[in-house]
Amino acid sequence: MRRVVVTGLGLVTPLGGDVETTWANLIASKSGAGQITRFDASNQKATIACEVKGKDHEYGFDPDKRIDPKIQRQVDPFIVYGLDAAGQALEDAGLTEMDEATRERAGVSIGAGIGGLPGIEYESVNLHERGPGRVSPHFVHGRIINLISGQVSIRYGLMGPNHAVVTACSTGAHSIGDAARMIKDGDADIMLAGGSESTVNPLGIAGFAQARALNTSMNDRPEAASRPYDKDRDGFVMGEGAGVVVLEEYEHAKARGAKIYAEVVGYGLSGDAYHVTAPHPEGKGAELSMRMAMRKAGMEPGDIDYVNAHGTSTMADTIELAAVKRVLGNDLGGASMSSTKSAIGHLLGGAGAVETIFCILAIRDQIVPPTLNLDNPDEGTEGVDLVPHKARKRPVRAALNNSFGFGGTNASVIVKAVED
Amino acid sequence: MSDTADRVKKIVVEHLGVEADKVTEDASFIDDLGADSLDIVELVMAFEEEFGVEIPDDAAEKISTVSDAIKYINEHKG
Repeated sequence: MRRVVVTGLGLVTPLGGDVETTWANLIASKSGAGQITRFDASNQKATIACEVKGKDHEYGFDPDKRIDPKIQRQVDPFIVYGLDAAGQALEDAGLTEMDEATRERAGVSIGAGIGGLPGIEYESVNLHERGPGRVSPHFVHGRIINLISGQVSIRYGLMGPNHAVVTACSTGAHSIGDAARMIKDGDADIMLAGGSESTVNPLGIAGFAQARALNTSMNDRPEAASRPYDKDRDGFVMGEGAGVVVLEEYEHAKARGAKIYAEVVGYGLSGDAYHVTAPHPEGKGAELSMRMAMRKAGMEPGDIDYVNAHGTSTMADTIELAAVKRVLGNDLGGASMSSTKSAIGHLLGGAGAVETIFCILAIRDQIVPPTLNLDNPDEGTEGVDLVPHKARKRPVRAALNNSFGFGGTNASVIVKAVED
Repeated sequence: MSDTADRVKKIVVEHLGVEADKVTEDASFIDDLGADSLDIVELVMAFEEEFGVEIPDDAAEKISTVSDAIKYINEHKG
């Protein structure tokens, strides 16, 4: 059977424009939250977000490093983030110069949950105010979701599968799981996989606030607003950014002497069949997804050392935790579980990929990132290590990422230190 | 050099991200300045905006060099 390993990582997050800056800040318990600077949010119910910072910021993102200014002007930020993260991952994997035969076997599956909402909002106003003749000719292909995959393929000459997942907040995890399967099935030897999002715009913030999904009670304390499992949590904090991994068939990676971070050993997916925004109250979909991933990985409770929870800082946190307990045991089989959304907010379609990368780095560095702001753990959290406030060194052999999305879509990905 | 020519060249430099000295009056948008058909649509929109002229699609299709653009604008601007 073909095995799939991770050989490259790329991140653009509210805590950094690359993998190592993001990870160092995450481990140091920094928060990416602040008042919204992208637009005047003073009339919004939520005025805070975890924005990707500009290049002049201590841990900002510089799009000029990898992306032609002309392309930056034509496309929405989610494409810029995804394209940059893909470039980082290819550079990390040592795959920026591939011969044609290799590129024919290298594909891309980078998705998003929503896509180019800022550009849609802008051009919609433009259309109404100035007429159809003023709409940008780049409007469509600069906003649609599969155009990260399209741009990456064009930029790096990748001629394998060109795909894009759209499953709301589970997009990133589904992208990695599905792309791993494409490699297993022999459709490709290399896949760039992940997710991206940028909806820190008036319509995005208003839409999620109206759906009662965002934190609106802590606008004066942005760094305290994302508080998964805490009694005072009342909604997620909007994040933005991208995560992309290079997935590679194991023998292919070994043959070229690639650095191997981890193996993708388990993948589960399910539907809640319950409600458009609320999770099933018993977390049945989440449980099915995790059980499938565990079965595929051939794992038992006790084999998983770290769970990166979906944990958005909403009522759903404890529903997920109850489901994790049913799968791994009341003490999670000794696993630590944290929600890094406490630090970077919710990256929607980018979340699952970014958080799977955190799982991989937890394995690499044998340290688990913290759940910030967990001052008063809610009922049901007793006896579970939710890694409050501070990162902790501990053995991490395997890690599970959960990602759940609107529409009741669920994905779980298990990564593991590679063994021969 | 006319005022129209200067303003056209400035728009071309900004929109196509090319060096100013490459934007000669003989330069072809596609062959010399690396534009594609959508870049030209965008350029034409920028000319319309800058000069307050309307450039219909059939006229826009005939604009392939910097001098074509300058000529059309000089003939049609109010």
